[in-house]
Amino acid sequence: MSAVEDVVTEAPAVEAVPKRAMTLGSGTSIVVLLLLIAVPLFAKNFVIFQLTQLLYLGLAVLALNILTGGSGQFSLGQSAFYGIGAYITAVMMEQFNIPYFLCLPVAGVLCFGVGFLFGQPALRLSGVYLALATFALATAMPQLLKLNFLEKWTGGVQGLVVTKPDAPFGLPMSQDMWLYYFTLVVVLAIYIFSVNLLRSRSGRAFMAIRDNEIAASAMGVNVALYKTLAFGVSAGITGVAGGLSAIAVQFVAPDSFTITLAIQLFLGMVVGGVGWLPGSIIGAAFIIFVPNIAEGISKGLSGAVFGVLLFLVIYLVPHGARQVAILGQQFAGRLRKN
Amino acid sequence: MTQAQLAQGTSPLLAVRDVSVVFGGIVALNGVSFEMHKGQILGLIGPNGAGKTTLFNCLSRLYQPSSGDILLEGASILTRPPHRIAEIGIGRTFQNVALFPNLSVMDNVRVGTHARTSSDIISDSLRLAWVRRGESGVNKKVHEILAYLDLEDVAHTTVSGLPFGTQKRVELARALAADPKILLLDEPAGGLNHEEVYILGDLIRRIRDERGMTVLLVEHHMGLVMSIADHVVALNFGKKLAEGTPAQVQADPDVIKAYLGSKDQ
Repeated sequence: MSAVEDVVTEAPAVEAVPKRAMTLGSGTSIVVLLLLIAVPLFAKNFVIFQLTQLLYLGLAVLALNILTGGSGQFSLGQSAFYGIGAYITAVMMEQFNIPYFLCLPVAGVLCFGVGFLFGQPALRLSGVYLALATFALATAMPQLLKLNFLEKWTGGVQGLVVTKPDAPFGLPMSQDMWLYYFTLVVVLAIYIFSVNLLRSRSGRAFMAIRDNEIAASAMGVNVALYKTLAFGVSAGITGVAGGLSAIAVQFVAPDSFTITLAIQLFLGMVVGGVGWLPGSIIGAAFIIFVPNIAEGISKGLSGAVFGVLLFLVIYLVPHGARQVAILGQQFAGRLRKN
Repeated sequence: MTQAQLAQGTSPLLAVRDVSVVFGGIVALNGVSFEMHKGQILGLIGPNGAGKTTLFNCLSRLYQPSSGDILLEGASILTRPPHRIAEIGIGRTFQNVALFPNLSVMDNVRVGTHARTSSDIISDSLRLAWVRRGESGVNKKVHEILAYLDLEDVAHTTVSGLPFGTQKRVELARALAADPKILLLDEPAGGLNHEEVYILGDLIRRIRDERGMTVLLVEHHMGLVMSIADHVVALNFGKKLAEGTPAQVQADPDVIKAYLGSKDQ
């Protein structure tokens, strides 16, 4: 095969192979799924807890990915939706004794509403201005959660302790393990729905807006509607992730949902690869585990070490985990050819 | 041509009535009127700044005329928001190509069907049976159009990597996917070489004849306009200068003056 032909066959893979652009191949998906099912069986409770954390933070990163990677809108306010979802779940469970699996859909729907409404004023903003507006939302949220008149439900500054659910039907597994599998089912379902959404007519409308608003509008895409829908969907999924976190951590407090969380989610998205949904889980792993690794390298300078590691990632693979996956795919392809 | 001539007697497909556009103190269009009939290729010509693109943007509702009206099949389009223009049958391409650069050729053309399909985010997320049926219909149509415009080889290629001439054809394919009654082409020959322009002219005529479309062509390339248009409208300084067959407009003294200047200036 000549060099010219090589270029022709490989060029599209670098940009995006449409069918797989947002997802993994079926073979890879099955391997990842089997790993996610099997690993907790051989792990300690604390590790299982960390894996649960990985799943729900991955879900929150995925939500941001739909908004930014899909519709091209920035948000530094995801912590607000996350916090609302966590509080709705915690308050419903503790103050009204509603089972946890019913609280999550309520959190999702209410956060969708909040996101959709917030998307209305955000329509007039784009790029950095939108980032600033959502930043304002993130800054306001912890204080809103501390408000006096909400205190009898939210517990004010003290926060709220949440009871961890037992495994149902007398299943012989620990609370942590049950919660892990419960979270896995929820996250997988939402992942599949998200992939479907992005591959559908609505998803194409999101991406058309991201790439060129005027052309999208000329093709009949209601730009305002789809932009706010993207905000709603993203906020709804983030709300569910927040709800899962409340159940797993067994505690909600206003200061868990500050701008720092929003920035972590943003970081997770960039490290995982903007617009690549499977990267969300890798991004989440980065924000959970890399700070620990940094601390292992140097206790006093863990922040600086983290910064250096982050810098390396951005410098070496600017498109994040997605780029690594594509390079791996090309490498495997070349091995097969030889 | 005969088709167009037969249609002359009936009511026009598109009527531009006394349209004026004022930006601040500048009059970009000043009382322009003309009509388009089904099956016609109408060429809109004029020197730079004559108001061609302004008129074009009024037709696709990016600009609101200060006065006058634009009627499609007798109904005003001026109350419609820009995203509801495609559904009544007005499709367009853009002067400097406005594709969705990160999407594949196929997805670009799929977005073209947006106005002709429906869905909601819940059905899309769940991939309900009716959504799948809709998608297979869309795919069939997209494949037909890609084959028609000879784009099948690049169907899965990301648009940003394609040569300019191919991108222009993708834009045409995207516009065709919405089944427009009128196709608005904004300088389709811009950036193309001599041979490509010749092929393009042929293609536009074929689209008119085989797909029954009416075409409004805004173009600098005089050769292209004169060879394929049935009817030509010449603009200068926002006013209609002349109108008629290509031969009539070419012979019009005002048009010659606008393009070449005259001795007594």
